[in-house]
Amino acid sequence: MSDEKNKSDQQKSGVSRRSFLKASGISLGVPLVVGHRVINVNGQEVKLYGPTKTSITLTINGAKQTVEVEPRVTLLEALRHELDITGAKRVCDRATCGACTMIVGGKAVYSCTVLAIEAQGKPITTVESLMQGEKLHPLQQAFVDNDGQQCGYCTPGFVMACKAFLDKNPSPTPEEVQKGLGGNLCRCGTYMGVRAAVLQAATMHKGGKNHG
Amino acid sequence: MRQTPTVQSPLTLNEIYAALAECAGDLKIIAGGTDLMVLANAHQLEASNFLDIWRVDELRGISDEGDALRIGALTTYTQLIRAPLIQQFIPALVAASRTIGAVQIQNRGTLGGNIVNASPAGDSLPVLAAYDAALEIGSQRGTRRVAFNEFYTGYRRTVLAADELVIAARVPKVKAGERDFFCKVGTRRAQAISKIVMSAKAQMNAASIASIQIGIGSVAPTVMRATQTEALLVGATLTPDLIEQARQMIANEVTPITDLRSTEHYRRSVTGNVLTKFLRQIIEGAEAR
Ligand SMILES: Cc1cc2nc3c(=O)[nH]c(=O)nc-3n(C[C@H](O)[C@H](O)[C@H](O)COP(=O)(O)OP(=O)(O)OC[C@H]3O[C@@H](n4cnc5c(N)ncnc54)[C@H](O)[C@@H]3O)c2cc1C
Ligand code: FES
Ligand code: FES
Repeated sequence: MSDEKNKSDQQKSGVSRRSFLKASGISLGVPLVVGHRVINVNGQEVKLYGPTKTSITLTINGAKQTVEVEPRVTLLEALRHELDITGAKRVCDRATCGACTMIVGGKAVYSCTVLAIEAQGKPITTVESLMQGEKLHPLQQAFVDNDGQQCGYCTPGFVMACKAFLDKNPSPTPEEVQKGLGGNLCRCGTYMGVRAAVLQAATMHKGGKNHG
Repeated sequence: MRQTPTVQSPLTLNEIYAALAECAGDLKIIAGGTDLMVLANAHQLEASNFLDIWRVDELRGISDEGDALRIGALTTYTQLIRAPLIQQFIPALVAASRTIGAVQIQNRGTLGGNIVNASPAGDSLPVLAAYDAALEIGSQRGTRRVAFNEFYTGYRRTVLAADELVIAARVPKVKAGERDFFCKVGTRRAQAISKIVMSAKAQMNAASIASIQIGIGSVAPTVMRATQTEALLVGATLTPDLIEQARQMIANEVTPITDLRSTEHYRRSVTGNVLTKFLRQIIEGAEAR
């Protein structure tokens, strides 16, 4: 048992030190905050982020933003803590409630469980993108018209889940709406309002008023 | 002191192999992160270094290999649900994928992650068990093929070595005239972990059962095949009496525990009921023809 532990400790420190030395060899003279480094493992070049903060570029609501984060930082934390984009909420932090939903590369994801570095190179869309000046997006207007929120805490994530759903299903049936939105929880119980809002937004879309 | 882990981002399978060979045991693979990041956020993960394989496209995609489909480990549930090949040849896997999490989980969660996470409640696992899938496992030492039904060695334990990863699952296609089945019993439709989950396949020869495979999850330390019950059914004529015998046998064959999601007694009875449902469907299907 203790032998095994020794071995794994040895392996651990030996290995990390080796990779680290190789890595730092390349990054000598570079300031503490860098982008990824390319390390050489067994003759293969592999990108390594960290352990120091690393500089990454995210494309958020159409704009490229550079931010310095530890590699373990989630997409949600990067936006909320580093970029002050606070629409998406951190509620469960366990990929369960949907309050942190963003659209990444066209797909709704829980940003609390996606690494920020992993989201590089893909368009990231949050609730902040929806308003045009002072004008609400038709989906937001539909939330207002149908009492789709009470305390509003789940709303930014819910709206993005609805947006991703409507992008894929422009004319859904009520059953499809109910099934398609299972990934978002609302403690205030606004589900009926949210479903009605999605159906209203879909109708407006068909009427050609929606260009979101 | 807060740990600041490193994250390696390989782009090819060879880079993954190299990284795993160099750092065996010290690197935690992260695919969609829907299991792993939950642990990390809950501070229940000790790993200090991650190998993020999400960008390795070689691990994605579904290909037709004649009598089987090869499904890359990084294939997501959303991709499985939408793939015409899976819809046609492994319908139970579409049914299973639809019950996993909700859209946000289906967009990130992968088949490989479900397999290696090794939860007895993994919903795709009974399908792979019933379909007699094989796993392709790779490392710098080479690739090997392991029967899915020999992959798990105990509760959350697998035959995977520290320098290996699962590359793909190879799943035989459902045969002409063969019926397949999937049923998950959970608390609610979205985001629920299974209380019991079953997938099965059967081929009839007139009124008798030519072959049957039954995979079950959440009723034992690992996903399991109900081999005793299968033996009872193979070659027998499918009658209401036989169904009743099978119901009782499978309820005794499984070894569930009582946990926060359900009780042992409940799981045994429901396993019997779910099998009954499949066998009745076969009879009704035959009558309808
Ligand atoms: C809200 C919620 C609901 C869920 N609902 C369900 C459900 O209904 N049914 C269900 O079965 N699961 C469910 N899950 C669990 C999870 O989504 C699945 O198990 C999913 O398939 C995991 O895939 P992943 O790519 O996200 O794995 P990750 O979290 O990235 O990895 C999981 C584990 O597998 C390892 N790993 C991943 N890929 C490989 C590989 N190719 N080779 C070697 N090791 C690998 C990782 O190191 C890690 O230990 C749910 C999770 C959440 C958060
Ligand atoms: S905060 Fe991400 S799903 Fe709840
Ligand atoms: S409006 Fe309060 S949680 Fe949804």
